[in-house]
Amino acid sequence: MTPVPDIYRILPEVILTLTGVAVMLIDATLGHAFPRRPLGWVAAIGTTLALWASLWQLSLPVGTGFYSTVETSPFTVFFHVLICGIVLVALLLTLDTLPEDSHHQGEFYALIVFGAVGMCLLTGAVELLVVFIALEISSISTYVLAGYRKDTGRGPEAAIKYFLLGSFATGFLLYGIALIFGATGTTQIYDVARLAPTAQNHAFVLAALGLMLVGILFKVSAAPFHVWTPDVYEGAPSPVVALLSTAPKTAAFALLLRVLYEMLPSLRSVWAPLLWIVAVLSMTIGNLAALRQQNVKRMLAYSSIAHAGYLLAAFAGLGSIGIAAAAFYTAAYSAMNVGVFAVVALVSGYDDKLPLIDDFRGLIYRSPLMGSLLLFFLVSLVGIPFTGGFFGKFYSFSAAVGGGAIALAIIGLLNSGISAGYYLRLALAAAQRDPQPDRAIAPSSQVGVAVGAALLLATAATLVLGIVPSATLHSAESAAHTLQVPPPEAAPLSVEAPIHP
Amino acid sequence: MEAINQSILTWIILVPLAGAVLVALLPDRYKLPNWVALLTTLVSLLLSLHLPVHFNAALRGFQFEINTPWIENPAIFYHVGVDGLSVWLVVLVGLLAPVGVIVSWNAIRERRKIFYSLFLIQQTAMVGVFIALDLMLYYGFWELSLVPMAILIAMYGRKDGPKAALKFFLYTFIPSAPLLVAILWIYARTGSFDFVTLQLLISHGNFPSGALFWVALAFLFAFAVKVPVFPLHGWLADTFSEAPVAMAMVVAGKLGLYSMLRFHIGLFPSQARAVAPWLIGLAVIGILYGACLALVQRNYWRLLAYAVISHFSFITLALYGFTFTGWAGAFYQILNQGVIEAAIFLLLGALELRYGSTEIGQFGGLAAKVPRLATFFVITTLAMIGLPLLNGFVGEFLILSSTFNGVSRGWAVAATVGVILGAAYMLWLVQRIFYGGESPLAMQRPAHDLQFGELAILTPVVVLMLVMGVAPMQWLNTIQTGVHLPPIHSTNALPPSILQITSPGGIPR
Repeated sequence: MTPVPDIYRILPEVILTLTGVAVMLIDATLGHAFPRRPLGWVAAIGTTLALWASLWQLSLPVGTGFYSTVETSPFTVFFHVLICGIVLVALLLTLDTLPEDSHHQGEFYALIVFGAVGMCLLTGAVELLVVFIALEISSISTYVLAGYRKDTGRGPEAAIKYFLLGSFATGFLLYGIALIFGATGTTQIYDVARLAPTAQNHAFVLAALGLMLVGILFKVSAAPFHVWTPDVYEGAPSPVVALLSTAPKTAAFALLLRVLYEMLPSLRSVWAPLLWIVAVLSMTIGNLAALRQQNVKRMLAYSSIAHAGYLLAAFAGLGSIGIAAAAFYTAAYSAMNVGVFAVVALVSGYDDKLPLIDDFRGLIYRSPLMGSLLLFFLVSLVGIPFTGGFFGKFYSFSAAVGGGAIALAIIGLLNSGISAGYYLRLALAAAQRDPQPDRAIAPSSQVGVAVGAALLLATAATLVLGIVPSATLHSAESAAHTLQVPPPEAAPLSVEAPIHP
Repeated sequence: MEAINQSILTWIILVPLAGAVLVALLPDRYKLPNWVALLTTLVSLLLSLHLPVHFNAALRGFQFEINTPWIENPAIFYHVGVDGLSVWLVVLVGLLAPVGVIVSWNAIRERRKIFYSLFLIQQTAMVGVFIALDLMLYYGFWELSLVPMAILIAMYGRKDGPKAALKFFLYTFIPSAPLLVAILWIYARTGSFDFVTLQLLISHGNFPSGALFWVALAFLFAFAVKVPVFPLHGWLADTFSEAPVAMAMVVAGKLGLYSMLRFHIGLFPSQARAVAPWLIGLAVIGILYGACLALVQRNYWRLLAYAVISHFSFITLALYGFTFTGWAGAFYQILNQGVIEAAIFLLLGALELRYGSTEIGQFGGLAAKVPRLATFFVITTLAMIGLPLLNGFVGEFLILSSTFNGVSRGWAVAATVGVILGAAYMLWLVQRIFYGGESPLAMQRPAHDLQFGELAILTPVVVLMLVMGVAPMQWLNTIQTGVHLPPIHSTNALPPSILQITSPGGIPR
């Protein structure tokens, strides 16, 4: 078998990087008068190419490149495709919602694409230092994006909060990595997995697990590391939140899966109860707090915390069942959450002119299309059958029941009953006739080609995941089966591979 | 013909869905949504009539079955079929759909596309509930049926739509969480969602009976809220007084009652038997409670809501009496109630459209002004209170006689008081609205009697009431083929009441 050139292993990342650089360079060379919108299309095309490249990677043999630092496998492809898809939808959404004259539009597209590089690399990295670098690439881009509305008070506030807390979390992760290195003498994930069960300093490994969990759980905004979420979502522009609430979380969940199921499955008895608690906290805190919100974006922020909890319930599942359920949930969650934020972005606009739930009253009368789509995505978030949200929850809680965590499943389903309360508050406000129809309401943005495509993609994905989930589930399962340490080729140590069947 | 029989159920599900998409795509002009919806519902009515025509009453079990894998993991099958119980219910849904469109013809003036799209999706969901034989598929349609209803209540509510919609949704959504856990538990034990398979497996008694009791209770709870059974009825009055007439008409009752016999009694006969005394008691309380509250309502939609609680409690009583006659009567009564309610909702909807009021006190002396409306209303009222020769009588008689013979004379007598009360509140309603002195409201508003469209739909419905009252065997013969005990293998499971009823004369011939 001829060895695969290393560059093929990171082809999507390479394409995305080139796209980002191209967008930045073109932006810098163009005159001020020239519209920047075409740059968005360049970025979208680059992302589409990266998506194809990821799919093409399926034809490569599973393995690693660059001295065992990056991996290509169905697992990485699954998350690459998901992230590229989200980024594509977010770009299309931005194309029509970003004001034409706005500040540094070209950089905006470039930052999104660079963020995607980091996220993609994060899912493929099997070396903790590369993981760290990838996380930083993605985080720094998203910090900037979160603060893009410099002229408002909330924009910079959001960015600074996100940045400070995010740096803290990354610091935790880095400490964890350092302790892992101290305990095992390596940062290569496969090697760590082989060495960790027999490591001398077991306490170091435990501490490393705890620190890394803090770092990653911050990124997925799970309680009790969630406090930044509502403020950041409220301050960031809605199209950015569509991206922020899905793609980095997807990547972080991929990392969490890799760290827990591939690197430290031997510590399952430690991390499983921890995640049980985090899942219950996230669901309950997220849902209860969301009930009290008047601001749509804050409400959806708390809802995304609750969804992180539902997703973490899948981690109670054993081996590949839990991984597949979690992977499926990320896909379903991303599809519907991007969709709902796309609608919010279109309705309240880039400047959040209509931030409150009451402002959405009568939406279905003002704009039937937006109203219907909002209802559809909310129904999916509630988890009604024939939408992606249902099967996401279904697989997640099935995995939990399969792993013996029946209490977790019951808490989760009760929580989804609570969540219906606030999703419906928004949905029913949108469906209600506006009691003051003469109120001056800014017209919703026009639905252009790009936004139309974005909405269509999100809607189609949500429906497909709800009606014919088999194909995605198959990919998630094959992804789950490849998330394991390859058999040691010439490993001097005869350590039993701590892999779940 | 074979090809049609093997795909007819899919068509019945897909036609309303296709209609919904078509309505959503076409422009909202020239009453186009109305016409498309009407055509769609008529087509699906014709399709559903195929079922009873080609239904083989000599066979037991499910007919027109389709069973293909839908999702591999977990093993969910697209398994649909009808038996004697569900075949006429599918037709009933088909019949109520065009009635609902006609009722909404003038009442819904805004956002007709959304209204008719959701109305048609609701049809799909309801037919789906009646024909699904895979528990997950069933659960899917069951949940789906909540959504259009909740949205439309919020959109077209009379006073406080969103609040009523939220109440409706939460009341029916939260109990379905335990239902889902119960279904998942069964799947974890058996690896199957298939109704027929599960019925056999459970009857062989391979389950821990303690857990099975809770599973059965989770099923019952979800259904009892939907019916609604007495203490769980909090959502119904608000829903009726807020929902668009067409939606309230098509949704009420059927789903929960059907599910009780099919999925609660059908899957867990012993467990259902154990809770039957409770349900009989609650049903009788519900009959009397609903009737008493109906007597004192000032709003006719709320009056109707409590009347419906009373009537559905009769059916619940019959279901948990565990007699064949009772079951046949109950299902016949579900059909009757569907037809009668269609007429009464249509008539009250017509009243509201003409006079813009739902307060009974504001009406009076309308009989002289709108004689045709009054005539139809009186006939429907008589059917509802069970006048012989009209359809309500047959069902009520079967229910009460089976309770009297097979369950308990005391409960039967108590329930019969509900019949008297039922006559009282309905006739009093007629008197207050149509007779007596003309109210100021009746004098102010220009009266125009029922129009062609309304007559065209009411006449067949009233004729149907008469036919169903005179020739009930047309329907009962089919229903009987679906009424049989689920297989029970334990020794003492055959309840005495059933032995009693298996003697001839149980069902009148």
